Amino acid sequence: MPLLEVRDLKTYFFTLAGVVKAVDGVSFTLDHGEVLGLAGESGSGKSTIAYSIMNLVPPPGKIVSGSIILDGVDVAKLSESELRSKIRWRKVSMVFQGAMNALTPVYTIGYQIAEPLIQHLGMTKREAMERAAELLEMVGLHRSMLNRYPHELSGGQKQRVVIAMALALEPPLVIADEPTTALDVVVQAQILNLLKKLKREKNMSIILISHDLSVIAELADKVGIMYAGKLVEIGTAEQIFNNPQHPYTRLLLKSIPRLRGPVDKLEYIPGTPPDLRRPPPGCRFYPRCPMRMDVCNEEEPPIIEVEKGHYVACWLHAKR
Amino acid sequence: MERAVEAGRELLGPDEILRVEDLRVWFPLRRGIIDIITGKPRRYVRAVDGISFTVKKKEVFCLVGESGCGKTTTGKAIIRLVPIVGGHIYFRPNRSVLEDLWGHGAEVLEGGVVDIAALPETAIKPLRRSVQMIYQDPYGSLNPRFTIEQTLEEPLIIHGLGFTREERVELVARILEAVRLVPPEDFMGRYPHQLSGGQRQRVAIARAMILNPELVVADEPVSMLDVSIRAEILELLMDLRERLGVSYIFITHDLAVARYICDRIAVMYLGKIVELGDARRVIEHPYHPYTQALIAAIPEPDPENRKKMRNIRIKGEVPSAVNIPPGCRFHPRCVAFDEKRSELEAYCPRREPPFEEVEKGHYVSCWLYSR
Repeated sequence: MPLLEVRDLKTYFFTLAGVVKAVDGVSFTLDHGEVLGLAGESGSGKSTIAYSIMNLVPPPGKIVSGSIILDGVDVAKLSESELRSKIRWRKVSMVFQGAMNALTPVYTIGYQIAEPLIQHLGMTKREAMERAAELLEMVGLHRSMLNRYPHELSGGQKQRVVIAMALALEPPLVIADEPTTALDVVVQAQILNLLKKLKREKNMSIILISHDLSVIAELADKVGIMYAGKLVEIGTAEQIFNNPQHPYTRLLLKSIPRLRGPVDKLEYIPGTPPDLRRPPPGCRFYPRCPMRMDVCNEEEPPIIEVEKGHYVACWLHAKR
Repeated sequence: MERAVEAGRELLGPDEILRVEDLRVWFPLRRGIIDIITGKPRRYVRAVDGISFTVKKKEVFCLVGESGCGKTTTGKAIIRLVPIVGGHIYFRPNRSVLEDLWGHGAEVLEGGVVDIAALPETAIKPLRRSVQMIYQDPYGSLNPRFTIEQTLEEPLIIHGLGFTREERVELVARILEAVRLVPPEDFMGRYPHQLSGGQRQRVAIARAMILNPELVVADEPVSMLDVSIRAEILELLMDLRERLGVSYIFITHDLAVARYICDRIAVMYLGKIVELGDARRVIEHPYHPYTQALIAAIPEPDPENRKKMRNIRIKGEVPSAVNIPPGCRFHPRCVAFDEKRSELEAYCPRREPPFEEVEKGHYVSCWLYSR
């Protein structure tokens, strides 16, 4: 049984200007010890998927339909108190985007890491602090950091603290939402090394969300490409990077400037993603797609398995 | 590196547009009452601490480095947005701007060159016609209450270009076409919030270009944009260079972007240039241990990467620009120094390394190469 199974998830935002279909029928599974990378442009719904799995979608957003089976439990159907006692921290935790601001400035680092241990495991303060010190050492920080305040730490150190917090109850699934976006490259590489090490040692499952396919390639076994609320392609990292099938994935990969190899002309994707209050009737990539056909504007493409474990939602692969 | 004045050479070569010489930008820290009473000296954030480079005509010159290395401050110093403590910024504007600068009290040096660092306040406005800046954040750099037409007309009014409104509208339409916001009439009446991020950045580029500047400082112009449209903006910048003959100082933290568009790269660390040379050469064959670490840290879209740890040869964190380490400012983080400690002990922690040419046009400031 997979650790996580998301089936036909729809999360909409009910704004005054209309219903924004941020995530619109997304399905995937994740096994134990596997890293799924979710890539896509801003507004493609990748963070909304993360918030949905935590069942933490901020209003006016709501999970409209679909199921999120995590370790045999449908997270979408649980009450707030059940989520707090059984799911968050214990089963799934999140490293939020902009971790610099995810720490409260008025408590010490030690107290912030210890708090979930006291709340969830009923540890005494002394025990929890000792455990917090171990967690800090696990993410490569000195235990003297326990008594520091967030403002005394650098951005990379704060990011390590936030990762330590996410690991506090050793949940089987950690969601990392743009964990390195605000960091310098050297610090980014250090954090990615840390995540690699933790994955190996703890056999953790990770959902890594990033707009940067290079960062995804550093960690992900499986890659999903989001576009305008839909998962347009998903497969193993090798399948997506070496044999992309969706025109969007192909263009996205060609738009990345590379540091090694020949300097080819960079591609770009003309136009902008659609307004998710009124998405195009057929394929959502239709207006920007260089390979578009008439059918693409009429009907949504079905999801086709092009090779084992490699799924694409594109009419080029579907037989009508 | 090149000391123009002493050698009695020209301040600027015929193919050069800008020469920065020993530029220093320090920001004073506030002193507490006790510091003042006890007579403690004032302390400074040494954001830019003595850097020199030249920019050739129609060149894309890149300043690369991590946050806090002083690359943006250098850009701002060149357009005189920050107070300059020392050094020179020699620049050769076109004839009409030069006359205007002279009329506003600027000292004109040999060969029609002015020192931007020494311009009186009154001469800064005419300077802006020649040197412009594009900012990182197209969401913050446009006035939300101005239509696109008003945003682009404003510099024309300020600098007295285009005598009638019709003339100015014509110029605005022409620059909108140049940045491919077509048809221009569709965009003139819009407000920034009605545009996408890429379109806003085009407006910001148009605003910088409408005065026909000779040098544009582009500060991370694509880092806030989605990857899928970055190449489009970079292509536009290169196209404008061809058409308008403008030179760029391109500031970025992303060496991969630099590789695609820059002619030469200067890598900065803690207020100094540590390595300078041809862009591709610096990336393929870096000399300085810091440049090497920076390049080794950059991820690439290759799924093989997940199977191995990245070897990043750098220790600790960037020190504060207030307490800059003595000697080579990189030595406390330098793995090469640790490995050859006995040999280098007399150099790295004691004396600043000279900025020396290691191969033609490729300069490095590191004791590994100059003992």
